[in-house]
Amino acid sequence: MKGVFAILLLVLSAQCAAREAPSASDDPVLEKRVIKLTSDLRCLVCQNQSLADSHADLAIDLKNQVRSQMQAGKSDAEIRDYMVARYGDFVLYDPPFKSSTLLLWAGPFALLLIGLLGLAAYLRSRRRRLPDVELTPVDRARAQALLRDGPGNEAQ
Amino acid sequence: MKRFLPLGIFLVLAVFLAAGLGLNPREVPSPLIDKAAPAFRLPQLQDPGKMLGTEDLKGKVWILNVWASWCVACLEEHPILVEFSKQNVLPIYGLNYKDRREDALKWLGKHGNPYTLSMEDNEGRVGIDYGVYGVPETYVIDRNGIIRYKRIGPVTVQILQQKILPLVRQLQG
Repeated sequence: MKGVFAILLLVLSAQCAAREAPSASDDPVLEKRVIKLTSDLRCLVCQNQSLADSHADLAIDLKNQVRSQMQAGKSDAEIRDYMVARYGDFVLYDPPFKSSTLLLWAGPFALLLIGLLGLAAYLRSRRRRLPDVELTPVDRARAQALLRDGPGNEAQ
Repeated sequence: MKRFLPLGIFLVLAVFLAAGLGLNPREVPSPLIDKAAPAFRLPQLQDPGKMLGTEDLKGKVWILNVWASWCVACLEEHPILVEFSKQNVLPIYGLNYKDRREDALKWLGKHGNPYTLSMEDNEGRVGIDYGVYGVPETYVIDRNGIIRYKRIGPVTVQILQQKILPLVRQLQG
């Protein structure tokens, strides 16, 4: 099993290298920065992958774009703006807080609030439905007998 | 009353889920709508010695259609574009995206050429500027070079008749 996995890894990494080698730079610091930034960007072709993970053609092009912009001295924020200008907030895994994303950010808290209000209302109505019953002396004596002797002796 | 509460919750959930299923996650709203079409200047597909750019197209309403010979979905919309181009409503310019010239020319020869001209974007740089991520894509650009409409995926007869044509008439009017 381990062997198969190793072979698979080898084959896969060979493919990645074949496709990306020409553009990957030798600078490990830069590469780290590229991976860090592209991990926060969504690949639009395969939407549940980040740009860093994806091997779609477009994702590779965009990674190269990110890399060359970094080499040109652009900041991470500038590159993120560049992507948003083209693909919209959708490319960001961490979208900004604004009117169109209000529901996204505030929705869960609104739901939590509704849940808490519902819980409070329920608890209050339950208390109203359970009136304090005063035990008669006969009931009290029976309860004590039950506690002392167990349910088997109840009939006597 | 209480008996119907689960049913009510179920119905609300069902409505939300049904609406969610109806949405297409691939249709990402483009931030480019009502913004200036990114400028480019590219070699013409048929005559690579000549260039064509957004500057040359100022003053007319035009369609930019991103296509490629490797793109299967392009074949779906292609006959519709060919038919539409015969009506001469407005010029359709093709952006040949990440393609090889000989493949592209062969493809046009085989399936017909609806384009006034096509431009070569071999490296996909212009495609990135236009936020292309699912070929074919179609843009309607007005006289001032503003993008007024974007379609991701094949243009259908319905979209052409109900969305693109009314918009084009309004922009030309």
